[in-house]
Amino acid sequence: MDQAADQAGAVPAAGERSGSAREAVLRRVRAALADRPGPVAVPRDYDRTREAADPLALLAERIEDYRAMVHRVQAAELPARITASLAARGARRMAAPVDLPADWLVPEVAWRLDTDHSSTIEELDGIDGVLTGCAVAVAETGTLVLDAGEAQGRRMLTLLPDYHLCVVRADQVAVSLPEALARLDGTRPLTFVSGPSATSDIELNRVEGVHGPRTLEVVIVDA
Amino acid sequence: MAGRGVTWLGTPTFPKAARTALADPQLRANLRNATTTIRGKRADAVAELPDWEPLRRAGEAIKDQVLGDLDTYLERLEAAVTARGGIVHWARDADEANEIVLRLTREAGAEEVVKVKSMATAEIGLNEALAEGGVRAVETDLAELIVQLGEDRPSHILVPAIHRNRAEIREIFRREMPDVPEDITDEPKELAEAARRHLRQKFLTAKVAVSGANFAVADSGSIVVVESEGNGRMCLTLPETLITVMGIEKVVPTWSDLEVFLQLLPRSSTAERMNPYTSIWTGVTPGDGPKNFHLVLLDNGRTDTLADEVGRQALRCIRCSACLNVCPVYERTGGAAYGSVYPGPIGAILTPQLLGEDVDKQARSLPYASSLCGACFEVCPVRIDIPEVLVHLRAQAVEAKNKTSPEAVAMSALAWAMGDARRWAATQRIAGIGRLLSRGGRISSLPWPGSKWTSSRDLPAPPKETFRAWWRRTRG
Repeated sequence: MDQAADQAGAVPAAGERSGSAREAVLRRVRAALADRPGPVAVPRDYDRTREAADPLALLAERIEDYRAMVHRVQAAELPARITASLAARGARRMAAPVDLPADWLVPEVAWRLDTDHSSTIEELDGIDGVLTGCAVAVAETGTLVLDAGEAQGRRMLTLLPDYHLCVVRADQVAVSLPEALARLDGTRPLTFVSGPSATSDIELNRVEGVHGPRTLEVVIVDA
Repeated sequence: MAGRGVTWLGTPTFPKAARTALADPQLRANLRNATTTIRGKRADAVAELPDWEPLRRAGEAIKDQVLGDLDTYLERLEAAVTARGGIVHWARDADEANEIVLRLTREAGAEEVVKVKSMATAEIGLNEALAEGGVRAVETDLAELIVQLGEDRPSHILVPAIHRNRAEIREIFRREMPDVPEDITDEPKELAEAARRHLRQKFLTAKVAVSGANFAVADSGSIVVVESEGNGRMCLTLPETLITVMGIEKVVPTWSDLEVFLQLLPRSSTAERMNPYTSIWTGVTPGDGPKNFHLVLLDNGRTDTLADEVGRQALRCIRCSACLNVCPVYERTGGAAYGSVYPGPIGAILTPQLLGEDVDKQARSLPYASSLCGACFEVCPVRIDIPEVLVHLRAQAVEAKNKTSPEAVAMSALAWAMGDARRWAATQRIAGIGRLLSRGGRISSLPWPGSKWTSSRDLPAPPKETFRAWWRRTRG
C-alpha cells in the first residue's frame, strides 16, 4: 500500500515506519478528498446563552436530580456548613488542595494538604473525603467543572477519596454549557462532574458509585 | 488491508445470525426492555432543549467541515499535541496500531494495562494482540468487564452487556471473579460493588492505561473522554503512561465546537443532561496526571470510507448509539447478529465501508439488516442519513455480485416481465397462485430462492385480484 516506504528499500526502523505511516495516511486522505467538497458554513443559530430566572436555584435542582446533596448558604455561613457536612458524614481526616481558603479548613477535622503534590495514592485512597472549590458550574446541566486552578488541586485529589465536598461561588455559575466553556482554558486538565460516579450497565438500572467518588455534596454560596 | 478487525471472524451472515437471535426469547426480552426504556428517556432529555434542531445542524456541519479538510485538521492536531509534550503516532491499519501500543507498553515495563471502554481498540482487536505479546488488558468499564469475564461479544455500543440480565451477570461474576463474595445477590448495587473491589487495586498500581477518545480539538490538542463510572478518570489520571487510540475522524476544529457535541452526545446516548464525568487533557501537565502521553491516530479503513461521497457521512458518527435503540431490526436481533464491533443501523453502514475492498459475504449482508423505516436518521444527533447510505451500499453489493445470483435473476426476470404489458398481466395472474401458499394473508415460507426472503420474514399474500383488474371492474 505504502509505495514510498517500499521504494525506500531496506526494512525501516520503528521511527521511520511511523513516519511513513503518517505520510501514507495523509496521502490517502488527500486522495479520498479528490472532490474537495469545499468550505462548509457552520450554522451557529443554537442558543449560546440562556436566561434563567434564578440560576443558583436551577443549579441546585439539577444537581439534586443526580441524587447528590446540595446546600445553599450565605458567605458568612460557609465554615459552619462545612463543619456540619463533615460531621454528618463522620469525616475525621480530609484531603484538600494546598491553596484552599483558610476559613474552609474548619478546626473540627484533621487536614491533609497536598503540599508539593506530596499526597500518595495510598493516603488518598484511605482518607475520609476531599474538600475543593471549582472553576465553573453549569446550571442547566448541574455540572461542576474543575480545572486544577485555585482551591481545586490536581485531578487525583478529587478522584480517590470516596466523598467529595465541593463549594461553588455564585459568580462561578453559568446557565448554559456554551457560556461555561467560554470561561474555560481548554489546555488545562479539566474534569466535568455531574453527580456522583454512576453506572447503568446492569439492566439500565442507575447505581450510584462505582470507581469515582460515591458521594458528592455541593455547597452553593449566594453572592 | 483496510478495516481489519472490524468484524468477528466466523460470524454467519446477518439473516442466519438473526434467525438464531429471533429464536431466543430471553435475549429478545432483555433487548426490548432496554431499548424501550432508553428510547423514552432520550426523547425526554432531547425535548428539554429548545434548540435541539439547530444543535444537530451545527453538529452535522462541523463534522462535514472536518471531513472536507481532514488532512489540515490532523496536522494541526498533531502539532498542538506535540507542542504540549504529547507524542503522536500514525497507524494505517489495525496491525500497525496494535504494534505501536504493544511496543509502548513494553517500553513502559508493564505486563498489564488498564483500559477504559473504547470502540477503536475493540475494532482493532487490541486486547487479543496485546495478549499475543504477553500483555494482559483489563477492561474497567462495568459492561466491558462483564463481556470480558463472560468471554462474550459486546452487543451494544453504549451498554455492551445489554443482552445480559442481572442473574446472568451474577453467574459470570461468581464463576470468573476470584474475590467475589460467596453470597452475592443479583442486586445491581452489589454487582457494581463487586466490580469496584475487583478493579480498585489494578487502578492504583497500573503503570499503563489505554483509552479511546470521543473528541480531539485540532487547535488546542485537547482530548476528550466522556464516561460515567470514574473508571475513565482512574485510567486517565493515575498511570504514568497513557496511550490513546483515536480514529482520525474524531477531530473537531476548535474548543468552542465542543459546546455542540457535549450537548448532543449525553442526551442522545444515555439520555442524561450530562454524563457523570468528562475528562479533557492536553499533552502532559507536570505534577498532574500521566508523565507520558501517546496519541495513536488510526486510519483502518476510514480513508476508504471518506472516498465515497455518499457513504462518507458515516464518519460523522459520535458513537452515541441512539440509532440502535430506535431500530426495529436491532430490537429483535440484538447486536451480536451484526457480527461486528459496530452493531445496529450505524454498524450496517460503517462496518462494510471500513472493510473497504476486504468486504466479505457477512459484511455485505449488513446493509440488508434494515427495514429502511428512517427512525435512525430522525434520532441521529449529527443527521447521518443512514437509509440513504444503506440503499447506496445495497446497490454496490448487488453490482458486486455475480449476474446469476438469485437477486440478479429475480431482478432481470422482473425487468423482462414489466417490459411488456401482456407479459406483465400474465405475471400478475400467476402471482395469484401465491395465495395458495399463504395462511391468514401471510406467506411464511416460500420455495427456494424465495426462502431466502421468508426464512426471517413473512410476506404478504398477493391480493385476490390485481390492481388493474380491480380498476377495470370498478372504474372501467
